[in-house]
Amino acid sequence: MERRVNYQNDLNLKATELRLGLPGSDEPEKQSTPCIRNNKRSSSEISEESRSKSSYCVTEAGKDDHQDTAPPVKAQVVGWPPIRSYRKNCLQTKNNEVEGAGMYVKVSVDGAPYLRKIDLKVYRSYAGLLKALENMFKLTVGAYSEREGYNGSDYAPTYEDKDGDWMLVGDVPWEMFISSCKRLRIMKGSEARGLGCV
Amino acid sequence: MRHNRAERMSEDDERQQSSPSDLEFTSNKARNCNATGSGSGHPEFQSPFPDQVLENVLENVLHFLTSRRDRNAASLVCKSWYRVEALTRSELFIGNCYAVSPDRATARFIRVRALHLKGKPRFADFNLMPPDWGAHFNPWALALAKAYPWLEKVYLKRMSVTDDDLATLAESFSGFKELVLVCCDGFGTSGLAIFVSKCRQLRVLDLIESEVTDDETDWISCFPEGESHLESLIFDCVECPINFEALERLVARSPSLKKLRLNRHVSIGQLYRLMIRAPQLTHLGTGSFSPLEVAGQGDQEPDYVTAFAACRSLVCLSGFREIIPDYLPAIYPVCSNLTSLNFSYANIDAEQLKPIISNCHKLQVFWVLDSICDEGLQAVAATCKELRELRVFPIDAREDSDGPVSEVGLQAISEGCRKLQSILYFCQRMTNAAVIAMSKNCPDLVVFRLCIMGRHRPDPVTGDPMDDGFGAIVMNCKKLTRLAVSGLLTDKAFDYIGRYGKLVRTLSVAFAGDSDMGLKYVLEGCPQLQKLEIRDSPFGDAALRSGLHHYYNMRFLWMSSCSLTRQGCQEIAHAMDRLVVEVIRSIGEEEMDDSVGTLYMYRSLEGPRTDAPKFVTIL
Repeated sequence: MERRVNYQNDLNLKATELRLGLPGSDEPEKQSTPCIRNNKRSSSEISEESRSKSSYCVTEAGKDDHQDTAPPVKAQVVGWPPIRSYRKNCLQTKNNEVEGAGMYVKVSVDGAPYLRKIDLKVYRSYAGLLKALENMFKLTVGAYSEREGYNGSDYAPTYEDKDGDWMLVGDVPWEMFISSCKRLRIMKGSEARGLGCV
Repeated sequence: MRHNRAERMSEDDERQQSSPSDLEFTSNKARNCNATGSGSGHPEFQSPFPDQVLENVLENVLHFLTSRRDRNAASLVCKSWYRVEALTRSELFIGNCYAVSPDRATARFIRVRALHLKGKPRFADFNLMPPDWGAHFNPWALALAKAYPWLEKVYLKRMSVTDDDLATLAESFSGFKELVLVCCDGFGTSGLAIFVSKCRQLRVLDLIESEVTDDETDWISCFPEGESHLESLIFDCVECPINFEALERLVARSPSLKKLRLNRHVSIGQLYRLMIRAPQLTHLGTGSFSPLEVAGQGDQEPDYVTAFAACRSLVCLSGFREIIPDYLPAIYPVCSNLTSLNFSYANIDAEQLKPIISNCHKLQVFWVLDSICDEGLQAVAATCKELRELRVFPIDAREDSDGPVSEVGLQAISEGCRKLQSILYFCQRMTNAAVIAMSKNCPDLVVFRLCIMGRHRPDPVTGDPMDDGFGAIVMNCKKLTRLAVSGLLTDKAFDYIGRYGKLVRTLSVAFAGDSDMGLKYVLEGCPQLQKLEIRDSPFGDAALRSGLHHYYNMRFLWMSSCSLTRQGCQEIAHAMDRLVVEVIRSIGEEEMDDSVGTLYMYRSLEGPRTDAPKFVTIL
């Protein structure tokens, strides 16, 4: 039975794929791009099947006679199961917290031979974090001010955020910081002083 | 004709907004129910006296009528009754904020003290509607401010409320007492701050499942000093830290406080301090129910058990947002009095549940996570003989997750909790046999919502579709008004619903049915149907046409990812001019696509709304 090929969404690499199996024997069709809602495409797919399945892409093993028996991977569908995102998020956070208690990030100091790791969850404010860093690396970072960054030392604590940008520690509220901080770097020397003038 | 149809409508929720405008008369036509007066149309000969007496009497009598359905009926008796009813209606319910304009509503009902207003359709909760679709409270806030300076209560559900709107409420009504926001968004802590600081008579502030922006304003501190009239303060959905010291002082000066539901930023230690100040509480949301992270090791733990024991009036318990199960035994003293227990954020297992639930003999409402498994549900069934409402939520809300609860749990509940009226049950597997058993064991069911999370899943034992199970529910549960279906369903299931679901008012359908016949059965068979929400089902234009006789009786119809075309929807819009037919586009769809992503249509006296965003086309 000829498998339906799909040229609309991808390059259909499957057709040109080199495999060891005989022609005509293959796994059930799997879609890698979940399509959320695309009525036009699915209506063109309806041939022998009387159903129109429009908001997901994978045909199901149970109803399709000419498919193999391995259950296909289902793309996650928008808004299904019908749980409010608030509830999903609350429980998600819980799962994450239970699995990996603590929020460990790497800390590097310019000039130090190796990195350290600290658990951001242990601290409740910048004061606690900075004190811990000072103790850990035996240095002082000076006083933070919005206009001038860290004054009074050669060191400035920076962090890499979710977007991959290097930011000065202390500018955003604490909660926002710990949810976006991926790693810390304590900069030294002329680079550090330069930050105060930006 | 359309007007006759509107008058003949079955008694449903929003009668006041669907009364055709010809009932609003301006001339002095004959007053039909005036038995003693002349009844002719000559004003100069008419003595006002008998009419006035009758109307005064009517006014006094109608004051006692509280149910809105009764009032809707009374308003249709004749013009005099219509007028007097409008004068005496003090609680105004509007189920769809777009069905009637604020001006029209305030013009008809001139002595309203309480407003109950609903906005977006329910499927908006599940990201099926783009944000900024509408349901803005603002025009209502302004109209209310002009029309009802004595307004005391506002209840909003799924509306967009801004900080300015909250300010308007606080500043326009000197006697404002109650604000309840359910599933609302658009405001933040600064709006709350303004509101609480200016509302000196506030008794109730309930924020339920609403999204509150964190503007980092300390709103708890903004309650005015001195004794407060607060009876209810619910803010468990507010996802920002609060000033605990200010809260503690507030609770201490609120002797009337009966309901307090804390958010997850309140630790169990802080909860203790609040509880000992407010032992009169009847409803308590316990916040995180875990200690602060950086807690002293050698510190003495407060005596939580005694604090709970002191709350002799506690009947409703919720919260447990970040529960450490070790602390659960603290609630033992109140279990035997509890009528409502919400564990739906508490990841606990059957063994942790059993000691609690085995004491909850009076429990009527129970919300829980499926982490308790079938075994936990069996324990519930064994003790909670008074249970009226059960909701079982999934801890892992994905289609292919493991399902800790199944038909076993449902069967047990049906056998143990015979008085069950309402159930919401998420699971990965369910059999027709268990659903049929519930239909027979629980004849009082009014709400049956079963969500088998795997789409199109048949009965795992027989391989059959789930038609017979849902069929049994509509056949045997004669009081059923709300139904949500799932699993593999053919048109036969809808045939059953149309045939037997004569009282069904709300129906939710997802990934079900074979053909247009399915929807036809329902539209032709269910005379009480008011709210119909359908997604991803193969119903097309022909099916849509079959409901033309009924759409004016409905609050709304939602159909997303079905087989509708623009032309089909256009036909409906042309045939029914008091229906607003919205086609909502999702991202990536072009405006002139023939297939319709989402159809949302509702009756309205106002015609197309003027605040529709770009992605909405009104046909």
